[in-house]
Amino acid sequence: MSPAQPLHQGRLIPHFPGGTVRQKTGSWRIFRPVLDVEKCNNCLLCWIFCPDGAIDREEKWVTIGLDFCKGCGICENECPTDAITMVKEGK
Amino acid sequence: MSGVISVRPKDLPFDESVVGHLGCSGCGAFVAVRLALKILGDQTMLAIPACCVLATTCFYPQVPLKVPTLMTAFPATAATASGIAAGLRHLGKKKEITVVGLAGDGGTADIGIQALSGALDRGDQILYICYDNEAYMNTGVQRSGATPKGARTTTTPGGQRGMWESSPKKDLLSIVAAHGIPYAATSCISFPQDFMQKLAKAAQVEDGPSFIHVLAPCPPGWGYASEKTIELGKLAVEAGVFILREWENGEMKVTRKLRKRKPLAEYLKPQARFRHLTDEEIKAMEEEIARAWETIS
Amino acid sequence: MAEFKFINGNEAVAYGVKLARAGVVAAYPITPQTKIVEKLSELIADRELEAEFVKVESEHSAMAACLGAASVGARAFTASSSQGLAYMFEMLSYTAGSRFPVVMAIVNRAMAPPWNIWCDHQDSISCRDTGWIQYYVESAQEALDTVVQAFRVSEHPEVMTPAMVCLDAFVLSHTEEPVAIPSQDAVDAFLPPYNPPYRMDVENPMTFSAGAFPDSYMEFKYGQHLAFQVVPRVMREVEDDWERKVGRSYGGPLEAYRCEDAEVALVTVGTATGTARLVVDSLRESGRKAGLIKLRLFRPFPVEELRETARSLKAIGVLDRNLSFGFEGAVFSEVKAALYGLPARPLAAGFVAGLGGRDINVEQVEQMYDRLESASRTGLMEREVEFIGLKGVAV
Repeated sequence: MSPAQPLHQGRLIPHFPGGTVRQKTGSWRIFRPVLDVEKCNNCLLCWIFCPDGAIDREEKWVTIGLDFCKGCGICENECPTDAITMVKEGK
Repeated sequence: MSGVISVRPKDLPFDESVVGHLGCSGCGAFVAVRLALKILGDQTMLAIPACCVLATTCFYPQVPLKVPTLMTAFPATAATASGIAAGLRHLGKKKEITVVGLAGDGGTADIGIQALSGALDRGDQILYICYDNEAYMNTGVQRSGATPKGARTTTTPGGQRGMWESSPKKDLLSIVAAHGIPYAATSCISFPQDFMQKLAKAAQVEDGPSFIHVLAPCPPGWGYASEKTIELGKLAVEAGVFILREWENGEMKVTRKLRKRKPLAEYLKPQARFRHLTDEEIKAMEEEIARAWETIS
Repeated sequence: MAEFKFINGNEAVAYGVKLARAGVVAAYPITPQTKIVEKLSELIADRELEAEFVKVESEHSAMAACLGAASVGARAFTASSSQGLAYMFEMLSYTAGSRFPVVMAIVNRAMAPPWNIWCDHQDSISCRDTGWIQYYVESAQEALDTVVQAFRVSEHPEVMTPAMVCLDAFVLSHTEEPVAIPSQDAVDAFLPPYNPPYRMDVENPMTFSAGAFPDSYMEFKYGQHLAFQVVPRVMREVEDDWERKVGRSYGGPLEAYRCEDAEVALVTVGTATGTARLVVDSLRESGRKAGLIKLRLFRPFPVEELRETARSLKAIGVLDRNLSFGFEGAVFSEVKAALYGLPARPLAAGFVAGLGGRDINVEQVEQMYDRLESASRTGLMEREVEFIGLKGVAV
């Protein structure tokens, strides 16, 4: 029954450890955000506005984790330096 | 929660408290939830009723919220939060934990308003966050008390009778403020500094309830492309449709005054729910907005 | 040492809650439950009970607050009646499905319209399938004792299921009788502080009462069913311990009164039991083999206990203070269903009486026993369902 363990003392009770993630929503994506690190000024607006928490902060720029990115395009739309481009998946 | 909380992006915690949720692509509500949890931290307990956030985070085996969360019934958010707070108080744990009720606009302005009023009236120390996507989105875009006048929803479909939403959006903030609580504010996800600052203030209230009403645009419900979520939130505020206000120390003030309002059409035109509006109707709505601003300031 | 107080059923419930050291009381007033809430408010105001009182604006919120309080590990209590319980209905399944052992007193009152504040069991019987344990009591003393016991049964790690303790409006709720209040020490020795196997905890964050898709929902419901199955056993253990520490027992899920060699018996719920006891005693004096089965536990239904008692009867009657419209009294249906699995079954008759507070008197109960005896003689039950005490109505 892992990763979420529904058995509590041998009984089925609907309480589960928080942060249990199974489904990776990256498969929903049609367009993929691609970051141009040369243009990224690390302002973190994309990180702030990402509904899926898919963007990671690094020392000098962000990285986009594709496991959970649904490809909404908010990051591209909000990026003040046009560092992010949405590219169709499979291309 | 105590001490000064910085809302500068670089000072915010890296940790994500809600990853792997099933919210729609471009969901505004999850911007609100993510940012709220960054400000509130892990000493937080949530009560969530039936709503978009619950349906997309609380279904076994997918339970991505990393703070203790209690699912509750649609009308029961505030009362459940009150109960959590009372339980913690009895156990001597209330001081360090922020108890949060998190509900949508229907769960707040309609079915949950009685329990909310009760909790505010009692002065229970809870923080209530209403994320407002302006209709019952989780059930498929039916109108709520927070749906703005003129909007098309699945229960205000226009049709031959022109049966679009006919009543103005409920003024939740004024309703809440009328209870005389210590702190209440409106905000919008497109103004994250504003939102987080107000949240930090609300979380620090120690002598009663606090309330945050945050506008969170919804791509499928409003009918726009998912990348426009933040842009539309900005337009809602800049066109004067959604007013950022704060109720504090018994006074209501506008926290984002507009020197010049953007044309309403800029906000309405990208949204399918307003597509039926004629230029005359938009003009009339603009006049209504002007009157609302006059009353407020 | 126990102290005697001359109090009514509602106050007895409040004293039970005090002795159980409930941590959160959230309640909304409704006649005839009000005195429970008032008394608890006094006890809390006077620091006789260290608890939080949440002055909710409705019964729906009362149960929501109990849900929240229980979720963090506080012992939670509320009380309601009739329309109030109906208004709370949605939250009943939440508390039960979440597996939080909240205890609630129900002062049984008729459902409107016609508007009526007097006793019948329609309100709580209608909540049969919400996943709550249901006890029905006969006296104020039993109300107090059962409230304390209910916490212990519900908090048993194999049970973790909420419970309703149901008492009859006015006849019990507003009638004073001498009640032995056990000492706090005795109750503390009986009921340890609530320490749930799971609770909302920032150190160990969990999502509580999560949703389940069709591929797992049924197992959670089966989990609730399993919990109910151990209740009769746990209830007996708990009562035995209560008897050791406090010196009283009510005989487990049901009490068989003078049933040893009985040929006929009547099943009763609540205060009608007292009347039936008198009738049985007088029938026995005249040599008639009559017994009484007092049902204390309605959910889970004590099937085994009932079969054991009823298997040697020639006829069994059920006095229902409720009505499932278009069929019969609900307890009657349950009793018949429970006995159906026996190879030989007694004849059965259902009596619907006492709706909306109408008196159930000795003559009526005698009439029921007459009917049962007549059926046991002839081997034929003439009418399966009968309304007792019904005035002439135009049909």
